[in-house]
Amino acid sequence: MSEVAVQTSELWSSLRQRTQARIGLGRAGSALPTRHRLELQAAHAAARDAVHSPFEPDVIAAGLAGTPTVRVRSSAPDRLTYLQRPDLGRRLDPLDRAHLPAGEWDAVFVVADGLSSRAVHEHAAAVVRETAARLEDWRLAPVVLAEQARVALGDDVAQAMGAAMVVVLVGERPGMSAADSLGAYLTYRPTPGVTTDADRNCLSNIRPPLGLSYTGAAEKLAGLMTRARELGLTGVALKDETDALPG
Amino acid sequence: MSYTSVLGGRHHRFDTLARLLAAASPERSGDRLAGLAAASEQERVAARWALADVPLAEFLAEPLIPYETDDVTRLILDTHDTAAFAPVAGLTVGEFREWLLSPGADAGALAALAPGLTPEMVAAVSKLMGNADLVAVARKVRVVTAFRSTIGLPGRLATRLQPNHPTDDPAGVAAALLDGLLLGSGDAVIGINPATDSPKAVRDLLELLDGVIQRYAIPTQSCVLCHVTTSVDLMSRGAPVDLVFQSIAGTQTANASFGVTLGLLDDAYEAALALERGTVGHNVMYFETGQGSALSAGAHHGVDQQTVEARAYAVARRYDPLLVNTVVGFIGPEYLYDGRQILRAALEDHFCGKLLGLPMGLDICYTNHADADDDDIATMLTMLGVAGASFVICTPGGDDIMLNYQSASYHDALYLREVLGLRPAPEFESWLDSIGLLDEKGGIRETTGAAHPLTAIGKELAA
Repeated sequence: MSEVAVQTSELWSSLRQRTQARIGLGRAGSALPTRHRLELQAAHAAARDAVHSPFEPDVIAAGLAGTPTVRVRSSAPDRLTYLQRPDLGRRLDPLDRAHLPAGEWDAVFVVADGLSSRAVHEHAAAVVRETAARLEDWRLAPVVLAEQARVALGDDVAQAMGAAMVVVLVGERPGMSAADSLGAYLTYRPTPGVTTDADRNCLSNIRPPLGLSYTGAAEKLAGLMTRARELGLTGVALKDETDALPG
Repeated sequence: MSYTSVLGGRHHRFDTLARLLAAASPERSGDRLAGLAAASEQERVAARWALADVPLAEFLAEPLIPYETDDVTRLILDTHDTAAFAPVAGLTVGEFREWLLSPGADAGALAALAPGLTPEMVAAVSKLMGNADLVAVARKVRVVTAFRSTIGLPGRLATRLQPNHPTDDPAGVAAALLDGLLLGSGDAVIGINPATDSPKAVRDLLELLDGVIQRYAIPTQSCVLCHVTTSVDLMSRGAPVDLVFQSIAGTQTANASFGVTLGLLDDAYEAALALERGTVGHNVMYFETGQGSALSAGAHHGVDQQTVEARAYAVARRYDPLLVNTVVGFIGPEYLYDGRQILRAALEDHFCGKLLGLPMGLDICYTNHADADDDDIATMLTMLGVAGASFVICTPGGDDIMLNYQSASYHDALYLREVLGLRPAPEFESWLDSIGLLDEKGGIRETTGAAHPLTAIGKELAA
């Protein structure tokens, strides 16, 4: 490398420590150098694959060893329809609704593929295990594994099973710097079509080691669930009183 | 009133003007989601046959959303300029298409016509136009605005430099700002989407940008894209606000979902004008729009996605904005499914905005769950460059780490200027030359970075 090029790369490597933005990439004419073009495509490919990878409930059931599970689908028959029809992704397939075991459940966990199956394959079982371990006296329903599912599908599930609250663990919309981010949505006594996002509490970016850890997420979720049960509500009136999320 | 046509041996009937417009729209997932799309490809074309025969004047007589209940409808009808409308007052939508494509519809005629057109008229005619038609007509329209730089002149393409950071870290923002400036970007605006809408965070960013602009005497303007009420508050406290930003939509209820009323925008506009911070012009507003926002807010009133988007431009033009851009692929595939739908929407939005007299730019973008990639960005960029877009939004490497979506990059803007012979805004171009960033052909010189005086921006703030 020339002396100038060395100085340049030193400048940008120090600046890049302050941001994940793709700065100081250099040029090939007006375009990106080959290496950076391919790096961008690799990140995009990871995000795309995360969206389109099939949901594998077996992976999650294996991670939950010992915990009963039940599998459902939304009313969206395939990925193409799912992406264009959020309304169908919020409703259970009517046949599956009948198979859900009703009971006096305090809470039900729903693992929903959302926009990244990869996120739920990698993180959901651990979050369920760690959270359930902190809820010893709770009557927890079998874990529902839901395909082509959006957050509000949990409302339908909770109502069908008679559960007092629902925790939906869902694969978040993948960005290029994070294709495996898991979100958790807690809703107390949801009613399909009536409950809105303002009635939910959300933890996002569960994605160790860079995002929220499993124990961190479980502490917060179990804390929120306990408070939700005491207060009889979730949403804007229920504040997270544990430590703030890491920067 | 109903509308009919016969196609393929079948009689097609559309009960209302809104139904007709929706059925005539090109296929897109948002109209399907709203239950407004044509039921078949033949029905879509049948709707276009019927739409071609509708007189333009009918859009004045038959509001899609009632005058009594919607202030955007009132704005459209109350400000309609009958004299400006006169040259096309006797035309049908189909005849209007042919007139727009004719040589007689030159830059002067189109500029004079703009106050006589309503969003519904331009949306309607766009549904009869092919992508090439949308380019050919939009290219003829010139809308020139100015603050510290002049936007929209022939042969020019401006860019928004977007140095976003997920925690608004000043050093991270400064690093991305330096990167963009060294690549010749930022003549439309240096605009940050802040991570929070807190007045303190917004003010810190405004002061950071104002400091850089002043220190290096950059002929551009800054904007921190916060809610209009935050800007009004900050202006009253003496914060360095150049442009007032707001996301807007095409119905009163959709605007209400953004927490915006026309009255609030009026107040913000007056306050920004009174600051007199512009040097070469006094266009002080910056608006963003995008197809799907009204549907997303449950506020579309049965009007198709593209027509309701065009109505947002009626809101924008009330305030003589410096910049308007559609964030075309941002909301996701439930509104625009793939690169093909996003491209079509980009061309429609640009065309409709320009015809209504707006300085239209674009955030040519997609989310990663849409069926699109960087080749779609290149296609859109090239067509919109040919169509004469005023500006495009650029992010480092085309990857926005704060909003988690993909947009055009600074490199993409260099490409577009190179292949189409486009230059930056004249004031900014002179500045680039003065700091040694312009090469002998008028392109952006590939700088070694480390040796350039601008690198002090990054070095000091990163220290």
